[in-house]
Amino acid sequence: MIPAAFDYHRPSSLDEAVALLTRHGDGAKILSGGMSLLPVLKLRLGSFAHLVDIGKIPGLDYIKEDGGFLKIGAMTRQSTLERSEVVRGRYPVLADAVPLIADPLVRNRGTIGGNVANGDPGNDQPAIMIALGATLVVRGSKGERSIPANQFYKGFYTTALGPDEILTEIRIPVPPARSGGAYVKLKRKVGDFAAAAAAVQLTLDAKGAVERAAVALTNAGPTPVEAAEAARSLVGKVPDEKTIAEAARLAAAKSAPSGDRRGSIEYKREMARVMVARALKKAVERAGGR
Amino acid sequence: MAMHKITVTVNSTARTAEVESRLLLVHFIREVLRLTGTHIGCDTSHCGACTVLLDGEPVKSCTVLAVQAEGAQVRTVEGLEQGGKLHPVQEGFTEKHGLQCGYCTPGMMMTSVALLERNKNPSEQDIRQAIAGNLCRCTGYVNIVKAVQYAAEKMR
Repeated sequence: MIPAAFDYHRPSSLDEAVALLTRHGDGAKILSGGMSLLPVLKLRLGSFAHLVDIGKIPGLDYIKEDGGFLKIGAMTRQSTLERSEVVRGRYPVLADAVPLIADPLVRNRGTIGGNVANGDPGNDQPAIMIALGATLVVRGSKGERSIPANQFYKGFYTTALGPDEILTEIRIPVPPARSGGAYVKLKRKVGDFAAAAAAVQLTLDAKGAVERAAVALTNAGPTPVEAAEAARSLVGKVPDEKTIAEAARLAAAKSAPSGDRRGSIEYKREMARVMVARALKKAVERAGGR
Repeated sequence: MAMHKITVTVNSTARTAEVESRLLLVHFIREVLRLTGTHIGCDTSHCGACTVLLDGEPVKSCTVLAVQAEGAQVRTVEGLEQGGKLHPVQEGFTEKHGLQCGYCTPGMMMTSVALLERNKNPSEQDIRQAIAGNLCRCTGYVNIVKAVQYAAEKMR
């Protein structure tokens, strides 16, 4: 399959890239790893007159803890995240997810920036960004701004990014002591999107009760779903089986999946409940709770 | 029609061509360079038949634009045999019956080569995980795993 014709641009700086996006507006699309965009173009589900390849812009590929944040450059490949000791250390929710994204060959090309900014509710990393309380740093013609991940997703393939803006960095607050996270995903086979998946991140207090928590769901609606009630229901409680079950029930009630080859609405909701319960159990263990 | 002059080093030889923006890397390799060892299978980045090494990493060349490979090193199955001697991975696939129809084999071998260059002593699990993006509908994978283990032994 051959994409419809387009003009290809390979800017060597962010300023140049922003200028191209400003000039071409909605006719332009950012090409990062291309693992979602190229299939769209090949299948002719979409077409753009201009592709702006950010792959050769220096300084967009890094993972570092700095000033209380884990900072990840938007062009960082999934395979780089997969091999990162830093990610494995304090960010198990992210470390869990990366090997479950697509397949190893796709992860050699696909980037975290693309996964997060594409706006596909089937992508795994948006829910993780919400669970981790991440901030998305974007650059546009009016300069730089920061958008909290839970305010980034506006609708199906629609985000807060303006047509002239590029996601450049993801900033995740370094979790305090006694924190744990987990990502649990149900899929039919390697390379599949989630039938249901849950991202959770929590911190326990010295007595083992939940001090704060965040729960988010993948592929459970037109945008990633933040299950705020579920998270609130955990706070102040020792996360025993009953507390976890109630939070999982509340999270599933917030999910609004559509029925497809991966299952009916009822099935996906039920699986969302199971995924949240499993993720919470794992996160509590990792936080040093029981 | 947007045309671009690109230079890609393929199997250690610099190849320059004038290509359309939308030309896929796999079409560049097969149709412009006439290296037809790299196969097109599903053409939707699922099957891995089109796997080549791009700067040492296995990628699905049906889902990369030729213009994105500008300045890069590409290795295809044609680059494995050196001076009439098969690569240990090629030898492994022959010795251990790692193929039946052979359609997935070039991609499967390129992924295996990349694995063995990174990990000299892969476990069965490592091998199975590495080839998770390469589909084979004949072998059931058992002999492919044995072929890679054979090659790992030879390369140590």
